[in-house]
Amino acid sequence: MMDAATQTAEQLRQQITATEEQLQKLKEQLASVETQNEAPGIETPLNDLSVQHPVTPGKWPLSSEEYKRYGRQMIVPNIGIQGQLRLKAASVLIVGAGGLGCPAAAYLAGAGVGTIGIVDGDEVETSNLHRQILHSTSKVGMKKVDSAISYLKSLNPNLKYNAHTSHLTPENSESIVSQYDLVLDCTDHPTSRYLISDICVLLQKPLVSASALRTDGQLIVLNSPSLPPGNEAGGPCYRCVFPKPPPAESVVSCGDGGILGPVVGVMGVLQALEAIKLIAGGKLKAEGSGEGKTDASMLLFSANSNPPFRSLRLRSRRPKCFACSAAAGLSLESLASGSLDYLLFCGVNAPVSILGPEERVEAREYETIRKEKGAGHLLVDTREKVQFDICNIEGSINVPISTLQGNRALAAEGELPSWLPETLPPDSPIYVVCRLGNDSQVVTRKLKESGLDKNGRYIGDIKGGLKAWKQQVDSSWPEY
Amino acid sequence: MASTEDISIIVEFTGGLEMLFSDERKHKLSVPAKDSKGEAITVGWLVEYLCEEVMKDTRKEMFVLDGHVRPGILVLINDADWELEGEATYTLQPNDNILFVSTLHGG
Repeated sequence: MMDAATQTAEQLRQQITATEEQLQKLKEQLASVETQNEAPGIETPLNDLSVQHPVTPGKWPLSSEEYKRYGRQMIVPNIGIQGQLRLKAASVLIVGAGGLGCPAAAYLAGAGVGTIGIVDGDEVETSNLHRQILHSTSKVGMKKVDSAISYLKSLNPNLKYNAHTSHLTPENSESIVSQYDLVLDCTDHPTSRYLISDICVLLQKPLVSASALRTDGQLIVLNSPSLPPGNEAGGPCYRCVFPKPPPAESVVSCGDGGILGPVVGVMGVLQALEAIKLIAGGKLKAEGSGEGKTDASMLLFSANSNPPFRSLRLRSRRPKCFACSAAAGLSLESLASGSLDYLLFCGVNAPVSILGPEERVEAREYETIRKEKGAGHLLVDTREKVQFDICNIEGSINVPISTLQGNRALAAEGELPSWLPETLPPDSPIYVVCRLGNDSQVVTRKLKESGLDKNGRYIGDIKGGLKAWKQQVDSSWPEY
Repeated sequence: MASTEDISIIVEFTGGLEMLFSDERKHKLSVPAKDSKGEAITVGWLVEYLCEEVMKDTRKEMFVLDGHVRPGILVLINDADWELEGEATYTLQPNDNILFVSTLHGG
């Protein structure tokens, strides 16, 4: 039954995708036919007798559709017709078509930014859909860039969209970024953040950077004004604010830490707003006045704080900045040659490997032990409580790794920790499990160091964590 | 002799740093106005004090690395980058707000 239903669902999904692709192609054909019809009409309207109200060439700078479409924003003071024309002439590159890039792109397309480029090498996953609002269920598996552009085209077909369907790299960054006036960093890792900042400095592009995690967000406008490296009147770059990358183990992704859709959405919308302010205000091209230094500011958003927004005053350009100072060690040549290793610079979070093979069991081995020993063992789940509450293995107890790291859950010497069931015999084995099999190793080591393994007690972790449990033992396990 | 006078300050943590400080974002602290040598206390002194007296977590390296606030953390004195205020040498004033922001990378 289940299999047949799954199969039918899969077939339907494929049909939907195919039909949507066909629809998209038809829309594109229609759009191109329409532009072909329009173009000669604008150039030679007086010769075309079928035109009821001839349009004088150059009389109005926008089409009547554009006046209607953008009217509500054009009548806002500070935008006006000049701001709208600047938006139309502008080109913006959005790096990352995720939780930040989706809302940012939607508002920039809505506002009529003439050319929008999107860079992303990823494909749409189901776990993206709660926050990446340009993608939809039927687009799972599709390139994010293609999914986003198909949405944007239906929102506003009048614009030029460029798809860059691989990730930004030191090698391709110059040829991509040089096509645009302004860059939005909507990525999710320090390596890309340093790379994007560097190329923006080298090509003198202002950069609107945002990030988000859990219920917090941060926004910062960098390299604005985008004066050449060495000119202290330019705005600071990412390296001025963060000269050294954070240790890899302190970097938490949305997949590990969690993210609320509206939180990252707010930050992406704010990026679009900053972009519109820069473009419509005519501040894309820096004027080399050289008058004084420009401080940057960082906007913090915190959903649970009151007030939720806080603006911080940051520094100006760093006199010895590696990227934007007169003493910079960065050049387009060094970037293109690949001599700057951003992965090495930021470090990588290698999988934990601190336990010996005798201290680890496979998930299927643990399942056998479970059947044999029954209550004569203890399973410790080290995930945070909020994750443990979503799903857990029957009989397991929750000791979050954070409580052990704070040393709050480790007892003083000679005493037993409070979470250890009093009924557990002193020689009963303890198994430790987590989501992927990294934290469980750290905790196993900590428990052994605290002396819980005396009396010959076995303490070991489940290799590959609950992910392996799903693969090897319980296919119904809810993976979140 | 060191003065017994205390000053009140507010210390805040955001961007995940609060996890190192008992999951509390805002700490109202009363700290001695002078250090053990009788000198007025600085932000540098405060960082050490937070590590020794306030932080319960054992992962000190997530806050201080090689004797400095670790890379990726911004220190704000009354909402301004401490680099604008003399960094660690800034002398704490009553009712100062010291904010530690860990950069986020998600998106």
